[in-house]
Amino acid sequence: MGQSIRLHTDQNMFEKLKHLNWGLILLITAVSCIGFAALYSAAGGNFSPWASKQMMRFGIAAIGMVIIAMIDLKWWFRLTWPLYFLGLGLLIVVEIMGHVGMGAQRWINLGFMQLQPSELMKIVIVMALARYFHAATIDDMRRLPFLVIPTLIILAPFALVLLQPDLGTSLMIVMVGAAILFMAGASIWLYIGGGVLALASVPVAWHFMHDYQKQRVLTFLNPESDPLGAGYHITQSKIALGSGGINGKGFLEGTQSRLNFLPEKQTDFIFTLWAEEQGLFGGVILLMLFGLIFLYGLLIALKSRQNFARYLALGLSINFSLYVFINIAMVMGLIPVVGAPLPLISYGGTSMLAALIGFGLMMSCSLHPDTKVSR
Amino acid sequence: MKKNQDQVRVFTRRAFVIAGLQGALLGVLGGRLAWLQISQGARYKTLSDKNRINLKVLSPVRGEIVDRFGVPLAVNAQNFRALIIPEQAADIEQTLRRLQEMIELSEDDIQAVLKEAGKTAKFVPIEITDDLSWKDVAKIEVNLPDLPGLSTDAGKRRTYPFKEATAHLVGYVGAVSKNDVGDDPALSLPGFKIGKTGIEKRFDLEMRGSAGQAEVEVNVVGREVRELKKNQSRNGKRITLTIDGELQRFMQGRLSQEKSASAVVMDAHSGAVYALASAPSFDPNAFTSRISAAFWEELLANPAHPLTNKAVSGQYPPASTFKMISLLAGLQAGAVTENTTAFCKGHYELGSDRFHCWKRGGHGWVDCRKALQMSCDVYFYELATKVGIDKIAQVARMMGLGQSLDFELTEERAGLVPDKAWKRGKIGQKWQPGETVVASIGQGYLQATPLQLAVMTARLVNGGYAVKPWVTADGLAKNIMPESGWPKLGISPEHLSLIKTGMDRVVNDEKGTAYGSRADDPALAFGGKTGTGQVQRITMKQRMSGVKNEELQWKSRHHALFVGYAPLENPRYIASVVVEHGIGGSRTAAPLARDLLVETQKRNPGATPVHGQAQGAASPLKAKEPA
Repeated sequence: MGQSIRLHTDQNMFEKLKHLNWGLILLITAVSCIGFAALYSAAGGNFSPWASKQMMRFGIAAIGMVIIAMIDLKWWFRLTWPLYFLGLGLLIVVEIMGHVGMGAQRWINLGFMQLQPSELMKIVIVMALARYFHAATIDDMRRLPFLVIPTLIILAPFALVLLQPDLGTSLMIVMVGAAILFMAGASIWLYIGGGVLALASVPVAWHFMHDYQKQRVLTFLNPESDPLGAGYHITQSKIALGSGGINGKGFLEGTQSRLNFLPEKQTDFIFTLWAEEQGLFGGVILLMLFGLIFLYGLLIALKSRQNFARYLALGLSINFSLYVFINIAMVMGLIPVVGAPLPLISYGGTSMLAALIGFGLMMSCSLHPDTKVSR
Repeated sequence: MKKNQDQVRVFTRRAFVIAGLQGALLGVLGGRLAWLQISQGARYKTLSDKNRINLKVLSPVRGEIVDRFGVPLAVNAQNFRALIIPEQAADIEQTLRRLQEMIELSEDDIQAVLKEAGKTAKFVPIEITDDLSWKDVAKIEVNLPDLPGLSTDAGKRRTYPFKEATAHLVGYVGAVSKNDVGDDPALSLPGFKIGKTGIEKRFDLEMRGSAGQAEVEVNVVGREVRELKKNQSRNGKRITLTIDGELQRFMQGRLSQEKSASAVVMDAHSGAVYALASAPSFDPNAFTSRISAAFWEELLANPAHPLTNKAVSGQYPPASTFKMISLLAGLQAGAVTENTTAFCKGHYELGSDRFHCWKRGGHGWVDCRKALQMSCDVYFYELATKVGIDKIAQVARMMGLGQSLDFELTEERAGLVPDKAWKRGKIGQKWQPGETVVASIGQGYLQATPLQLAVMTARLVNGGYAVKPWVTADGLAKNIMPESGWPKLGISPEHLSLIKTGMDRVVNDEKGTAYGSRADDPALAFGGKTGTGQVQRITMKQRMSGVKNEELQWKSRHHALFVGYAPLENPRYIASVVVEHGIGGSRTAAPLARDLLVETQKRNPGATPVHGQAQGAASPLKAKEPA
């Protein structure tokens, strides 16, 4: 049996490459190139220190993405639980290291890069839930006891990431989880109830928040109250965006970013840099490219013939879009500063790797529509 | 299988809901971006420019001041300054203390900077010192990382090469004070100096020039990245004075031999001032930097008032130098003629009052020439009683007393010529005949500055032209000589000739009061008139006991005056000297005036047109060349 599978795979290597979602790859590459340009500009017209490294990472991660896409979906189905527990284990390791070291430790140093287990966890949790709901029926979804295990699947990493403490990522884990429950057919009432519960818990959450988190929320609510202190990021980011106007200040001409008024311009605030230099035109084009990527995810999910693939593809697409929304809404001053990167564009290895792994899995769904996944 | 189809249907429906949400969120982001970049674009553009563009004021170079030969009296020397920007210094005092370990910095300096830091905006640089050597600059630059907020720059420092000699005339510059704040952006420059006294003050705006402006792009810590736009500063105008610098230096040196004195040397015909000084003086270079409180206190406490320019703002009773005016008034009124004589028995009675002549025992019979020559008081007592104060006052004003002469120095005072109307208006009392007697010899209410006395003398000996004094040769002053010459006053040449004969004899006749001070070289001979101004009333007791004036306290001694002209024929140079508490005109003022007139004639500054001036109309000095 194993023999025949390998034979089957070998025979289809070129076939698979041909059927790879080249459109999606093109979109990803286009967005990444915008990122390289923005990083080149952030360094004042230099490839070092950011753009060149980011391009290298993209190259490596893209190869990884294609490999992941070529691996038969059933293997991913089978690897789900081991990966999930590996993820949880890494989170615990980070937690322990954090206690040994100082402050909030979120990453493991692998030598060539710093791995943030929470980023990988966001992908693995989509896999885990997709696998759990793979065989579920509508009736199953209406039975509350059936939802206990998926709740635990979400809550375990949520709690560990929250402890780091990383409120933003932990909330994203919950949101992705809720989205998969929703697409698998969970009752609308759960969401209405959950929403009410969330609102009610705001005062409680406030009580348990760290001072810097409280400050971020307060600053978000009124950034002008302290334009040189905590509100500095938001205020300067809005100035940069607004001053870009319709046509932008021109490539390498973004005064806010080049003169360092804009903080963290190469990571969290890179969208600001792009929109300052390229204006509304550049900003909207980037938003549209992101929109097309979301659409690609939706199409792959709709075309899939198995629940695991459907949930996985759409879940990963939602995951990606959540990043985009949170980051851009943050730099525009629509939500508090949470410290989330803009996927494919922000400088950072883990973020790039996580995004491309996600796309790899998505494409694996698309490449193996008829593979037999089983428990 | 059916169940799975239901499942797929639910999934598809919900997938579209999710896609719709994603689309809506993208729309929100796009809308927000459009709102920020279109509706709010202009506002944020301004904020962004405010972030990145700093306006830098470029300092103009102050115009120089030169004398009539082009010799510099006020120049701008290169210097190095240390500045501190409070905003960039975490702890100003700490930075200053560290600086103190590297360069010489007094406790006063530190306190002054700290005081100023408390007053001005945090981003305005404060000058710590402007007197750094190149070595100091190097030391500071090397240690800059340990001196947050500190910076050095090269600037220009006002320097006065003639030091004490031009302190009053040229004046000095100083820091902008609160009262000086105006629209000029240059005033906001750190360490910017403006004229405080003298010519520096009077023509400050002309010499200041106008500040330029540069728009520089700065990064978030304020470091300049590049220059965007630049309006060059326009340098100030150079001022040429009619002064002869060397004569001025000579005058200052000579005046300094007295405890307190002032003098003017001017041209009898044009009114151009060749030298004008006041002693004691001070080094104006000390004022261009931060002066020590002790030095300042010392200047203020000095009873001889070194900060005052006594040549234009010292007001003294003209004493016997006024006798020419009384005589002219008498001649014009017909009260006396060339041959009218009076008998001086040493005193003069008016009603029950007795007025003494300075000479006990009297002069005997004197005519007008002798009266001037020996300075007989009684002759003028008699004359004045006949003429009356109002006619005397009228002549005095015609000759330039009792009024501002529009001289270029703002320190100029008007003096005082009293008459009946003045006393009624000012004091509210009737004029007493005895006051006319006192006024005839230049005492009482009469007040005149050394400059006014020089002008008076000039008008007496230049043929009766209404000359006015001026010291800037650039046509900046409003009283520069008209092209047609100064207007004639309409005085009879015979009267002027009589007066001149009297003044000639004062010095050159062996019975003249200033004969002892005559010029050794007859070719440099001069004429003039002594004056001894009473500071305190001489009591009967003093008169009887014969207390000598020099035995009194300095402050109680008489002022000594002398006005003179040279040469004797066709006078060109006028000198006016006042030695405060100098006991007697013939004793201290006359020798001083002799030295000035002799030196002036030797140097003959009027023979050379002012440096850089075109010949002809613009050279008023030539217009009245004696025939």
